[in-house]
Parts: sequence; structure tokens; C-alpha cells
Amino acid sequence: MNYKLLTSILLITFSAFAQNYPDGKTILEKVDQNMASDNRIIQSKMVVHGKRQDRVIESKGWSVGIEKSLTEYLSPAREAGTKMLKLDDQLWIYSPSSDRIIQLSGHMLRQSVMGSDLSYEDMMEDKTLADIYNVKVTEEDQVNARKCWVLELTAKTEDIAYQKQKMWIDQERYIPLKQEMYAKSGQLLKKTELSDVAQIDGRWFPRKMTYKDMLKNGEGTEFIITDIKFNQDIPEYLFSKASLKK
Amino acid sequence: MTTLKLALRNLLGAGLRTWLNVFALSFAYLAIIFLNGLMDGWQKQAKKDTIEWEYGKGQLWHHKYDPYDPFSLKEAHSIIPEGITGAPILITQASIYPEGRMMSVQLKGIKSDQNIINIPSSKLQYSEDNIPIAIGTQMSETTGLKIGDKTIIRWRDVNGTFDAIQVEVIEIFNNTVPSTDNGQVWIGLEQLQKMMNLKSEATIIVLSTNKSISSTDEWVYKDLDFLLMDIDNMIEAKKAGNSIIYILLLVLALLAVFDTQVLSVFRRQKEIGTYIALGMTRWKVVMLFTIEGGFNSILAAILAFAYGAPILYLVNKAGGIPMVADASEVGMSIADSLIPSYTISLILSTVLIVVICATIVSFIPARKIAKMKPTDALKGKIQ
Repeated sequence: MNYKLLTSILLITFSAFAQNYPDGKTILEKVDQNMASDNRIIQSKMVVHGKRQDRVIESKGWSVGIEKSLTEYLSPAREAGTKMLKLDDQLWIYSPSSDRIIQLSGHMLRQSVMGSDLSYEDMMEDKTLADIYNVKVTEEDQVNARKCWVLELTAKTEDIAYQKQKMWIDQERYIPLKQEMYAKSGQLLKKTELSDVAQIDGRWFPRKMTYKDMLKNGEGTEFIITDIKFNQDIPEYLFSKASLKK
Repeated sequence: MTTLKLALRNLLGAGLRTWLNVFALSFAYLAIIFLNGLMDGWQKQAKKDTIEWEYGKGQLWHHKYDPYDPFSLKEAHSIIPEGITGAPILITQASIYPEGRMMSVQLKGIKSDQNIINIPSSKLQYSEDNIPIAIGTQMSETTGLKIGDKTIIRWRDVNGTFDAIQVEVIEIFNNTVPSTDNGQVWIGLEQLQKMMNLKSEATIIVLSTNKSISSTDEWVYKDLDFLLMDIDNMIEAKKAGNSIIYILLLVLALLAVFDTQVLSVFRRQKEIGTYIALGMTRWKVVMLFTIEGGFNSILAAILAFAYGAPILYLVNKAGGIPMVADASEVGMSIADSLIPSYTISLILSTVLIVVICATIVSFIPARKIAKMKPTDALKGKIQ
């Protein structure tokens, strides 16, 4: 009798604690409000940490929603002029040295982007997290001395690239500070850390992201935003194959 | 008959000049037979190894499978048809991470109880936690993986979901067929079917008999003639490349015969005049000189046999010619050492070609005799 009573008390206490956590979906929606925009123009530096030396690749990117984006590499000289166009689930690359446009598909999408820890297929993942994952807040934690909600995302359907993800969301600013992507088997595949959060155009936004392929050796790849502008007037012709050769 | 005897006597009478020509021609014989024999030996070995390690007695391919298009693998699989005796293989793209480096590979699931091809599949038993894989020696060198090493394999299942698991290298096999070794990782069929969420499905089926099977909408029958076509085409292309070497040798030897003939016609004018004076027609004399030249090639064949046969026999007995290039560079099966294969048809066709060529180059200078004035020839006047 005493045992049953204790169990009931414990259950009530835990559910009371559980109820203290906000709804995961609401958190993700707030995150989306910060991270998503109608369009944006980003100037950035990608630092690829190699075995012997680091490589810095500068680029400028234009994007509309999550379906359309165009990236032009500005430096180093070898990569300058290379452009990458993403329209929905298709990706084209223009290389000025060969003056050719190549559509990437199949195993080519698994190759890394400019030797970084990011693969082309990572860049193709463009669905809104709240649409494809069931979200559950599992605990509270601290990242870089900031209080975070820990979200566990489980894929709603079987055709999602990562069946499970974990996200650490800043409780105050609603910005992800850490993200882990898992294989179906539970193996940790990729980790992203977001930092240097600043208020830009009335929203919080991380200006530094560190991507790490957890199966590969190395220190990962840093993506540093040097300039970002939201809701600009971006001409539609930029997102066409014809614009790649211009 | 008299002409033949006379021709042979004249030829042997010329002494060292004849034997130099004969030796040069015999060398051309040997080069042609050896280089062609080497190519034939390679073709034979490549076909044998490829059949034993990859093709079996024929294959059934999923209709969407294209071995030269890795993109086709995504959709090239379906339920293994019933009543087919063979070894089903499921193929997919994956990445492995030996020592923290990423490498794209083809993951091939094969039945552990198959014995149609030589892939050591018996060790690739289904396991829940310690998944065994087998790789070839080339793959082992490229990745640095040894028996007992563990590495991570990452793949996308039929729904496109990422999955990754640790595997253990349980076997490293040595063969000469690059398409079973370079960038290939062998795993149990049941294991891969479970990993891919493709129960009872396969991409190709290696057949145990060469009995023709009718193709269906799903599965297309490929016989050995079709499967081995690439090897035949590659060897033919390489033979054509090699022929330049022995054509040069043959041209040099035939040039020597030609020169000798020109010299003979010039120096033996009195003899030519005497033949005609004794009643031979001019064309009979032309024939005599042509036969003399042609006999060079027959003597060369005998000489080539005399010293070449023991050399070629010893080369084969010593284990053939060691190959420096490995199969991954050549793109097709190539053994560590190639054993040349000589056939009667190769030898006879070579002899025929050289005899015909030698006869032609002997006839060209001898034609001049037909235009000679016998009286002037008798006097030894230069014409």
C-alpha cells in the first residue's frame, strides 16, 4: 500500500516537473521566427581546419525562404567565381575555370563542400524542423553559460535524413546553441555549435557556426557571418541557371 | 622442284648475308608470337579470374541496374525471383571512415552460404553487434584496414535516412579483379537487407549454370559473352597498340631482305643472263629470285623455332612475365605475372603473314629482271 502511494506521489511530482517545460513545438516556432526570414543576403567566411593548415573561403549568398539560394565564392583566388545554385531539391555548380554548369546528384552530393565538414546533401536539407519532427523538451542544460532547453526531435516519417536530433535552445533568446544529428542506429553523426549571438534587425542571430562531422578526424569547419541583411530586394533572375555564368 | 632446289642452294651459298637476314626475320617472328601470346594469356587469365570472382556462369540484372552508373543503384533492387539457382547480391553506395578519413564505397551484400564465386562469404555471417566485412588487398592498402580492425560505415537506407554502424574486417582476400576489390566492401546479404530495409531484395544474381534464362520485366539475363565483352574489347585495343612494336621489327627485317634482293639482282647479272641463255624464261628467273627471298622467311621460322621455343618454354616454366602495374591501374583483371598462351593458329598465322610479306618484298626488286636484255646481262653490263 505504502509502495503504491509512493509511486503515485513520484508520478505526480514528475508530471508536475514535466509540465514546467514549455511546449517543444512552440519553442521551435519561436526559433524559426529568429532564424527564418523572407530573404537574406549573407557575406561569410568558412574556415576549414585541415591537418597542416587552415583554409579560409569567403562567399556571398542570397536566399529566399528555404527553397532558393545562390552562393558565390569570392576568395581564395582558386575558388573565386564559383557559384552554387539551389532550387528546391536540385543543386547546380558553376565553375569559371571550365565555364561549365554541373548538376550534382547521387553520390556527388555526399562529397564535402570545398573540403569542409559540410556535404552538399547537408545543404539540401531544407524542410522546417517543426513540420517533420515530433519535439519533446527533455531537460534543462547550460551552453556557454546560457540556460537552454534541450529538445529531442524524432522524425515523424521514415524518409527523413536524420531520424533523431537534439537541440539546445537558449531559453531567453530562442536561438539554437548546439545541435546534434544522429543515425538511425543512435550513432552521433554531426554536431553544430552556434555562438556569437547578436541582435540584427530586431532579431537574435548566431554569427558563428561550427560544423563537425563526428565520424571524421579534425576540428570541423567554422562558418562566420561577416555581414547579414534580412528582407532585402533580391531580383528573381538571380535564382536561375542563366545567372550562374554572369 | 629444280627452281626450289636452285633457290635454296643459292640462298645458302650467300653465307653470312643470308643468315643475317634470317636472324633478323626470326627475331620478328619471336616478337610477334611472344607479344600476341602474352595478350592471349592475359585475356585467358582475366576471363578466368573474372568468371571465378565476379560473373559466375552468367548474371541476372535488375532492369534498372547499370554498373557504370552509381546513380542507378538507388532504384535497382527488387524481390529475388523464385526458382533461380544463384547468389543474389544487393549493392548500395556507402561511406567508410578508416582512421577518421571519409571514403565513398560500394557496399555489396552476398549470401554467406554461396559458393558460385570465390568471394570468401562464409565468414560474413549475420550478427547483431559485431558486423563482419570482407575487403580485397587493394582496398586494404588504400584504407589501411587490417584483419580485426573496426571502422564505421555510414549509408542511407531505402527511405534516404542516414544510418551508421561499426563493422569489423574479418577477411582480406587477394584477387586480380578490381571490380570486386577497389572501393568495394563485402557484407552478409541478410545484414545489408536489414540495414537498407530491403527484405529479400537484390540488385543482381550470379548464376551457377550457363543455361539461358528468359528475361522478365524486372530481371534481365546477361550471358558470359555479354559480361566478358569489355575484357575482349580491351585486349583487342591493347593488341592493336602492341602491334606497332612488332610491325616495326618486321619492317626492319623485311627491309634487310629487300636490300639483299636489290643487291643480288645488281651483282648477279651475269648469272641471270646465263639462266636465260640456258633456256629459262625471264619470269622463271624472277620466280627463282622471289623464291630465294621467300626462303629467308622459312629459314627464319625454323631458326626462330630452334632458339625461340626453348626460351618461350622457359619463360612460361619460370612463371611468366612479372607485371609491375596492378589491376587498379589497368582497369581490368591482371595477375602478378602473366603466362603467355601460344596457340597453333597464332603460330601458323604468324608464319603465313611473314612468308607472304617476305615474298612480296623479294618480288618487287626481282621484277627488274623481266626488263633485262639477256645479252647485256651475259656481258655483265649494268642495266
